Amino acid sequence: MTKNITINLISGRTIQQGVAIEGGKEKANYRTAAGIIELDPTDLKRLGVWKNTNVRVTSPYGNVIVKAIETTQGPHPGVAFIPMGPWANSIVDPNTYSTGMPTFKGTPVTLEVTPNEPIMLGIQLVQKQCGVKSE
Amino acid sequence: MTKTVTDVICPFCGTLCDDLEVVVSDDGKKLLEVYNACVIGTEKFLHSQSADRVTRPRMHQEDGSWKEVSYDEAVEYTAQMLAKAKKPLMYGWSSTNCEAQSVGNEIAEISRACCDNTAAVCHGTTLIAVQDIGLPTCTLGEVKNRADRVIFWGCNPAHAHPRHMSRYSIFPRGFFTGKGQMSRKLIVVDPRTTDTAKMADVHLQVEQGRDYELLDALRVALKGEWLPDEVAGIPAEKIREAADVLKSGRFGIIFFGMGVTQSISKNHNIDAAIALTKDLNEYTKYSIMPMRGHYNVTGSGEVFAWQFGFPYAVDLSRGFARYNPGDTSSIDLLTRGEIDAMFTIGSDPGAHFPISAVKPIANVPSVCIDPHLTPTSGVSKLHVPVAFNGVECGGNCYRMDNVPIDCRKVVEPPEGMLTDEQFLIKVRDRLKQLKGAA
Amino acid sequence: MSEYLIKNGHVFDPVQGIKGDKKDIAIKDGKIVDKVGSGAKVIDASGKTVMAGAVEIHAHIAGPKVNLGRIYRPEDKLFSCTPTHGMERMGGGASIPTTFKTGYEYAKMGYTTAMEAAMPPLFARHVHEEIRDTPIIDEGAFPVFGNNWFVLEYLKNQEVENTAAYIAWMLRVTKGYAVKVVNPGGTEAWAWGLNCLSVNDPVPYFDITPAEIVKGLIEANEYLGLPHSMHIHPNNLGNPGCYETTLDTLKLAEGYKAKNTFGREQVMHLTHSQFHSYKGTNWGDFESGAKEITDYVNKNKNITIDTGNVTLDETTTMTADGPFEHHLTGLNHLKWANCDVELETAAGVVPYIYSPNISVCAIQWAIGLEIPLMMKDPMRCYITTDHPNAGPFTRYPRVIKWLMSKKARDTQVNAFKHKDKVLSQTSIGELDREISLYELAQMTRAGPAKSLGLTAICGGLKPGMDADVAVYNFNPDKPVANPDDIETAFSRCAAVFKSGVQVVSNGEIVGTGNKRTLWVNVKVNDNPQVMRDINEKFVKYYSMTQNNYEALGHHFVPNPFALEVDATQA
Repeated sequence: MTKNITINLISGRTIQQGVAIEGGKEKANYRTAAGIIELDPTDLKRLGVWKNTNVRVTSPYGNVIVKAIETTQGPHPGVAFIPMGPWANSIVDPNTYSTGMPTFKGTPVTLEVTPNEPIMLGIQLVQKQCGVKSE
Repeated sequence: MTKTVTDVICPFCGTLCDDLEVVVSDDGKKLLEVYNACVIGTEKFLHSQSADRVTRPRMHQEDGSWKEVSYDEAVEYTAQMLAKAKKPLMYGWSSTNCEAQSVGNEIAEISRACCDNTAAVCHGTTLIAVQDIGLPTCTLGEVKNRADRVIFWGCNPAHAHPRHMSRYSIFPRGFFTGKGQMSRKLIVVDPRTTDTAKMADVHLQVEQGRDYELLDALRVALKGEWLPDEVAGIPAEKIREAADVLKSGRFGIIFFGMGVTQSISKNHNIDAAIALTKDLNEYTKYSIMPMRGHYNVTGSGEVFAWQFGFPYAVDLSRGFARYNPGDTSSIDLLTRGEIDAMFTIGSDPGAHFPISAVKPIANVPSVCIDPHLTPTSGVSKLHVPVAFNGVECGGNCYRMDNVPIDCRKVVEPPEGMLTDEQFLIKVRDRLKQLKGAA
Repeated sequence: MSEYLIKNGHVFDPVQGIKGDKKDIAIKDGKIVDKVGSGAKVIDASGKTVMAGAVEIHAHIAGPKVNLGRIYRPEDKLFSCTPTHGMERMGGGASIPTTFKTGYEYAKMGYTTAMEAAMPPLFARHVHEEIRDTPIIDEGAFPVFGNNWFVLEYLKNQEVENTAAYIAWMLRVTKGYAVKVVNPGGTEAWAWGLNCLSVNDPVPYFDITPAEIVKGLIEANEYLGLPHSMHIHPNNLGNPGCYETTLDTLKLAEGYKAKNTFGREQVMHLTHSQFHSYKGTNWGDFESGAKEITDYVNKNKNITIDTGNVTLDETTTMTADGPFEHHLTGLNHLKWANCDVELETAAGVVPYIYSPNISVCAIQWAIGLEIPLMMKDPMRCYITTDHPNAGPFTRYPRVIKWLMSKKARDTQVNAFKHKDKVLSQTSIGELDREISLYELAQMTRAGPAKSLGLTAICGGLKPGMDADVAVYNFNPDKPVANPDDIETAFSRCAAVFKSGVQVVSNGEIVGTGNKRTLWVNVKVNDNPQVMRDINEKFVKYYSMTQNNYEALGHHFVPNPFALEVDATQA
């Protein structure tokens, strides 16, 4: 049984994401490090999904496919974490409310289980959304 | 045989570790091993010489492929782009040295550009708060030598500044802190039980986005006044206990990061945190310090400030410097469609801006100066690879506590590759010719 | 290089004792010379005043606290931006100008040399980057020593020779110019939120008194024979009654004689003396202590002072006297910035509005003028505003107006809301003295240059000296119709030369020259103990490695000028 759930999304650094960006954002390692959503076990259960399954994350600002994994920095029920990067930035709240700073932390999102949808590589993900042809 | 270069500065994050040792081949050309760096810094050094590195500028073609061009052609495109644009944006600057930033400022002044650095998505809101309320702070050595109360608020150094705790904030045995970690009490405030929180004496698992209330509650608790039973998900007794821990120290430091700069109250969060620090100075000695992300975003702010008067979001389009975050800041300029040319250097807005601010970049003439392939280069018209600053060229950088350290050159860049500064000088000189100001 | 002849001006040069005679000044290859050929470019200085370029002995114009002030005060740029034009880069900032604007504004007023008053050594690279980006004027920077852990430990043990060796090392690695002391001991105490308010208050843990620190640094300075003397901002700045702490500090210089080959005669330079000349016990009975301070300095000739004039502007205070700034924000509740610097010092920044409607500010203004008017030897009293603390340096022409015109002073006194209090708490109403142009040249050129040990180089118009020359649209033969004309004349020079290059013409920048960074290179005997102590503290306590601390490459100091000192026979 799959269903949609809503959850509060935040974004930030991880050490794996840091290593991946220095290794090259064109590489698959970047997708492995940042094309993920870290969920508390209670939220995985709420969504009705096994860990390491692809999910679609939708916000008022866009949607993206990432892999749902079980958090290593929990517990944090009700809070989802996508490492900083193009996957997170496909959906975070871009509004700066006149401060110049987008609201990277605290975007309400909807999760839906999409086990067969592929996760794009980082550069292609941005190119596609910008209408730029990939190599 | 090999040689070891010592006192190498790591060009990744605002911790700006300067104790790295890099082993290079005897002819000085190959980088072999890195000691003392965290895993991210190590990757930066070791990956800099990977075989698949792009070594020449390239223009993006309609069909998505890239055509290699010479540096001179790249200079020409860039200078023409800036000369023709009415309101170009020159963004980034945080992963390059101050010498390059300074040349960039000359270019921005000649082309009447908007110029901005990665504080836009990091500590820009901190700067706004500092401009409202001030900033009691210190250098990291003061933390090492004196601090017995350390607070990490809305930051996760275990992941983002991996050697911070061992070099400065938790483990060092300083002059007045001979017991190292045992000399200090650590409080972590974070909605998640992060790897940093796991080391804390006290973890306040604040409700995400409600830091402002908790900061305010701590100020109230310091004064011993009434509190509701719970604030931001933290019970009142826990808040009072935390306030007592803070007050009982003799030198405290609050480190803070994106958890408070990027969540909904933004600069107001920082204002409250600085106000808490000021209040604590009525009882004992406290300082507060932003955990700066890129290794030289602080430097970019310093150079902008001494040359133009403002630390980021600088608009030179009228021939003199103006500053108004929300108006002159990069994301707002882009999403309002005000930018007609994009110049990116030492940063990756393609990956780190919300996508609605990246789409405009793809629709205008654009240059991306970066040794790496990134989402920004992927949507720019011209990609100019340059030497890795801090690895293949030296130059001054500023640490998160504003201390300047001159990065070292460890190995040569690839044959024929320019540094940021060299490329920018060529662009500046060509731009001067185009504008008749030579 | 070019030849110039500045013809027929009224020359005021205390170095040669010229008091307004009409003389030609000849410039060739960057120096003043006796005469030049017929091909020389002629600058007609008829009816104008000609002096050497002025020398700023103490201002905060380059470094981390200056820039912190710029960063946290965007409002300082609101009405003071200047666009890119001609040779000038754009600029902004009323109390804390950007670096380009700083250079242009000093040059336009005829200043050609300036000293950054306080360099935190850990931040030397920052200070030098800003100095490099300040066009035209030669600059030097004073590293601070009065709260430095090495100095506190050595002087506690009375190890003057080791202190001297450490100073020599520090001047070399920071390319510093002099021994600066700010709130001795008190700023180390401030790292714990405490202070030293008298010369006898011991520093927490280090257990040494400010008096011992000051005396030890005087001795070390003379041991080395540096061009400048120890330069001090005493304890207890800005508090009613502080004049007693100032006298206690001044008395520490008794018995010491200056030892150097640079013509310097003082062993102590007391800076921004206005802030240290307060009598009374609170802000209500606050009154001037200028008489007590100037009486002492008049009698004790081994001391020089600068004024620290309040200009009655909105400005920004910034000082290494960290505890003072915390105290000030407690008084005016304006935003407070602070930075404690490991092992070395601290800094604080707080905006301040010297309102003519506030009696305290008006009395401060009066004290700043009483001091130079009561000092008998203009060669020992120099005009400053402790920029930007008492006011922006761009107000020097206004200060000059007040000093040269009793009428101008009276106009200001009459405009004060609390005029009666100003007259009762100070003697400004009774002082008739108007300083002459010759005295002005002593107080802004020859005097500061001599105090700094730069007599051979600048501050005068003697052949052989650097061709730093300022020509003012001020005719000494004409009576002054309106004192404001003095201010106008000294605001924008008719011409300014720096090292023989014309940089200003009719108040506009026409050249930027090739500014130098002045520093002092002291040769001392090898001192393995001190080198080992330095090494140990870097390994254990600093947050930077010693090699990185010592790295001050060419790109920071592109045009260094070292004054060489040989202290090996000391």
